[in-house]
Amino acid sequence: MIALSGVAKAFGSKRVLAGVDLSVARGESLVIIGGSGTGKSVTLKCVLGLIVPDAGRILVDGQDAVAARGRAREAMLDKFGMLFQGGALFDSMLVWENVAFRLLRGQNRLGRAEARETAIEKLKRVGLTAETADLFPAELSGGMQKRVGLARAIATTPEIIFFDEPTTGLDPIMADVINDLIREIVVEMGATAMTITHDMTSVRKIADRVAMLHEGVIQWAGPVGEIDTTENPYVHQFVNGLPDGPIAAVR
Amino acid sequence: MPAAIRLVQGFLASIGAAVLGLCQTTGSLTLFALDGVSHVLRPPWYPMEFARQLLRIGYFSLPVVGLTALFTGGALALQIYAGGARFNAESVVPSIVAIGMVRELGPVLGGLMVAGRVSASIAAELGTMRVTEQIDALWTLSTNPMKYLVAPRLLAATLAMPALAFVGDVIGIMGGFAVGVARLDFNPAVYIDTTWRFLETGDITSGLIKAAVFGFIIALMGCYQGYRSGRGAQGVGRATTNAVVSASILILASNYILTEALFPA
Repeated sequence: MIALSGVAKAFGSKRVLAGVDLSVARGESLVIIGGSGTGKSVTLKCVLGLIVPDAGRILVDGQDAVAARGRAREAMLDKFGMLFQGGALFDSMLVWENVAFRLLRGQNRLGRAEARETAIEKLKRVGLTAETADLFPAELSGGMQKRVGLARAIATTPEIIFFDEPTTGLDPIMADVINDLIREIVVEMGATAMTITHDMTSVRKIADRVAMLHEGVIQWAGPVGEIDTTENPYVHQFVNGLPDGPIAAVR
Repeated sequence: MPAAIRLVQGFLASIGAAVLGLCQTTGSLTLFALDGVSHVLRPPWYPMEFARQLLRIGYFSLPVVGLTALFTGGALALQIYAGGARFNAESVVPSIVAIGMVRELGPVLGGLMVAGRVSASIAAELGTMRVTEQIDALWTLSTNPMKYLVAPRLLAATLAMPALAFVGDVIGIMGGFAVGVARLDFNPAVYIDTTWRFLETGDITSGLIKAAVFGFIIALMGCYQGYRSGRGAQGVGRATTNAVVSASILILASNYILTEALFPA
């Protein structure tokens, strides 16, 4: 479904990705782990075309994601849903308008009443009441904003969903709720999911497969069941949160 | 000797870097402007966004532009009266106030005031959207932000600014009239008659053309700076300042060029 080969990206003299090879099968949930600033977000943004890689190929459903422009790119992006770290809700719009953003625009747009109904249905799916639909995003708590972001990401039942640090900034209980929701929704929609996180609870909850990104390359990739038994020193250090190992900890 | 050479090299390199930076900025601004204009011309359009921006940029700028024009017109009348009195030409006050407002001060001062208001708010809004990933989110929702955010603002400002300048012209002339009648003892009927007699259509249209260009510059600089805003509160703050400063300077520079083009000596 998604295949990256040799993807490299540098910002000025800072090399962030140095040849990432990664593939995600249809219906699979892949979680990318790695420390802060190791290029996890850059990887996702390269797939979405928000950042153009310096080298390498990215295929989505066999289509070249980097070369796609204009209409072809919009058609490709129609397959995607994305939950941003901070929610990235449009603060000039009501909650339901945020959720229905895509339903109100584009080729197969719905009428406002119909779009609103769908939006409320999606809000209920993520555990929010119909009353929240008419609030502004700024009136919601962080956890509720994440839920709205999730509802927006799944509003058009996309084939591929990206989650950028879905539990960052949430309390442990809310984080657990969001993890469960992500797992349920991905399974129920049969979607292909790619998540980036450094929260190990989240990894164990939502991953089928795990990939460890460090120093711009994938150091290890394997089934989630193997993260505790693998001999890979990077994964071992990261999963167990050890101060000593190949990953230098800056104090 | 090597130390001296290094000093000269460093000096030349810093000049070179500044020139390269200027070329780079000019290039990326030009590409941004062309991209923005191309989206104004190509569907899909977002009429609701356009209407919202027209209201925000045009309608809500009326008080600022109106007050600016009113006081400028009044001051202009006093100045020209005082200057004209030196060679017994007090009677030129109405026509010079009208021509000065319509050709120059209405569009330029109005443009500068709107630049302060609108460029800053566009840059802050788009900059915040950039920082909070809302612009990225638009992409992932299959919506091109150049089309959804930039194009409506460019079009709205380019159309609203001439209308604002026109209102400013009228209010400015009224300000001159009020001062002329109340302070300088002009006969109201004669004042209005003189204003009309010497004002030509070309004076008005040239001012409105200038205003349209200024409107485009105002939205362009706000969008460009906001869209490329750096991270955090500092990045947005810098984008806002840069937007106002660059819009103001570009308005003044283009005003000279447009005046040369519209009224060749």
